[in-house]
Amino acid sequence: MTLLTVVQAAYFVAAVMFILGLKRMSSPVTARQGIVQAGIGMVIATIATFYFYFFDASGNYVLHVDNLVLCIAAIGIGTSVAWISGKKVAMTDMPQMVALYNGMGGGSAAAIGAVELFKAAALAGAAVTAIDMQAAQEQFGFTKSLLAVVGALIGAVSFSGSLIAFAKLQGWMDKRYTFPGQQAFNLLLFVAAIVLGGLLMFQLDERIIIAFFIVCLVLGVSMTLPIGGADMPVVISLYNAFTGLAVAFEGYVMQNPALIIAGMVVGAAGTLLTQLMAKAMNRPITNVLFSNFGGGGAAAQEISGSQKPVEASDAAVMMAYAERVVIVPGYGMAVAQAQHKIWELTQQLMKRGVKVKFAIHPVAGRMPGHMNVLLAEAGVPYDLIADMDDINPEFPNTDVAIVIGANDVVNPVAKTDPTSPIYGMPILDVSLAKNVIIIKRGKGTGFAGIENALFYQDNARMLFMDGQAAGAALIAAMKELDGGGH
Amino acid sequence: MIDGFIALYIFMLAAFTGYEIIGRVPVILHTPLMSGSNFVHGIVMVGAMIVLAHADTTLEKAIGFIGVLLGAGNAAGGYVVTERMLEMFKSSKKGG
Repeated sequence: MTLLTVVQAAYFVAAVMFILGLKRMSSPVTARQGIVQAGIGMVIATIATFYFYFFDASGNYVLHVDNLVLCIAAIGIGTSVAWISGKKVAMTDMPQMVALYNGMGGGSAAAIGAVELFKAAALAGAAVTAIDMQAAQEQFGFTKSLLAVVGALIGAVSFSGSLIAFAKLQGWMDKRYTFPGQQAFNLLLFVAAIVLGGLLMFQLDERIIIAFFIVCLVLGVSMTLPIGGADMPVVISLYNAFTGLAVAFEGYVMQNPALIIAGMVVGAAGTLLTQLMAKAMNRPITNVLFSNFGGGGAAAQEISGSQKPVEASDAAVMMAYAERVVIVPGYGMAVAQAQHKIWELTQQLMKRGVKVKFAIHPVAGRMPGHMNVLLAEAGVPYDLIADMDDINPEFPNTDVAIVIGANDVVNPVAKTDPTSPIYGMPILDVSLAKNVIIIKRGKGTGFAGIENALFYQDNARMLFMDGQAAGAALIAAMKELDGGGH
Repeated sequence: MIDGFIALYIFMLAAFTGYEIIGRVPVILHTPLMSGSNFVHGIVMVGAMIVLAHADTTLEKAIGFIGVLLGAGNAAGGYVVTERMLEMFKSSKKGG
């Protein structure tokens, strides 16, 4: 048994551990073991790979000192920077960190493609005769060069696109950047990338390689710029799938099964996850990428009535003497860091014998399940948290529904107004509850920029306060009730 | 040598595996799972390491270095973020 066999075995073990790890991550009980297991697989694969710094293709001992130093430096810097930033980031900022790390993976895949193409170009360039040239092309092979080019294209788009997604969610570029003919421009870039990539299959020229990568990177930026914040989760998930595919394709070029399997598993899983998200938002993925959401001033139906404010003390009374209360948290709650106060309020209510549940819309927060993470951080137990399909039939029997920091996902126009951009999106039927209290800082609209008809309903009362302050005021009012009542 | 139809089979089976794993996941785990799958494609670092090992020219070494750096960031960042999220799910079980 040669040492190379051990390396191959290590890749096999890593691939198995990735699949088992992901499988375990799909259940809350075993999820933690799952990521640890996948992590061990990664360490095994990484250690095994150092083999290539000591032995050449035929298994002879050749030490590439400067390459080894570069490699260790790169791993050291990359790991420590990402580790520290990952430890520090707040839970609310998790989506953009996933975007950032995903972009790095895409960039890495594109870098692999770039080096392979440059190497092949060097071989072709050294060829003197047409026969040498053909030999050089053949050594790289048609399938290999095709997948190297496609993987590089996808990886580069994922890299620059994810960085834009990160910048948008981080609030560095919170506008949608559009200009006339943008879609035609994007199409042109895409065609240019395909043409340059196709040229590379026949003419391995360094200038074409450079032009190809520039076009791919610009395409990623240009594709992501016009997409609004509300659609960002779908886009991040899509780029996650892209990176997986890019890794799988470059894995074929490197003839490395660990890369192929891990990349392909993620590519497929990411694609499905993207579909699930797009479905939950009722936004076909083509709309996310090619249409301008909320940009048009379509004549929406008039909303009649007015918003009726309520004091925290009155709101507290309504909740305290209710039988069933449903809390509908949205991203705004997390931004206000109000989840701990809301959980404290919930405990107060439960002490009084009120039945409290949390209703989670599939896209509450910035990604599906993001809100569950934020509530878990505050210590809210699982069994109080209900999915949209489970909680919707219960709203007519709910005495008080409290909406905090959520907007579009409770807007009844999604069911009533066919001209609305969010028409058809599944919503939480909060409007059917006997009373609705909406905690909101001001009268602004949600992500989608649409007026919310719920706020104007007769059973709705607005508590115009910051989420955290509202939580504190409600708790205080509730305690006062106890003091006076018993 | 992974080639031709063998490669196609590997691609196909891996794709089905990924699809099956996600298909039955409760919504509450979608974010951690997206983050977890983001970590798994951090394996790209291994590919970049091999490229850097075989890099000859300065240009190849420079791109290889960037590749390993980015790949390591993907893997390490993806792990930390996923682990932090799942850690909280663990602690919430004692409630209720």
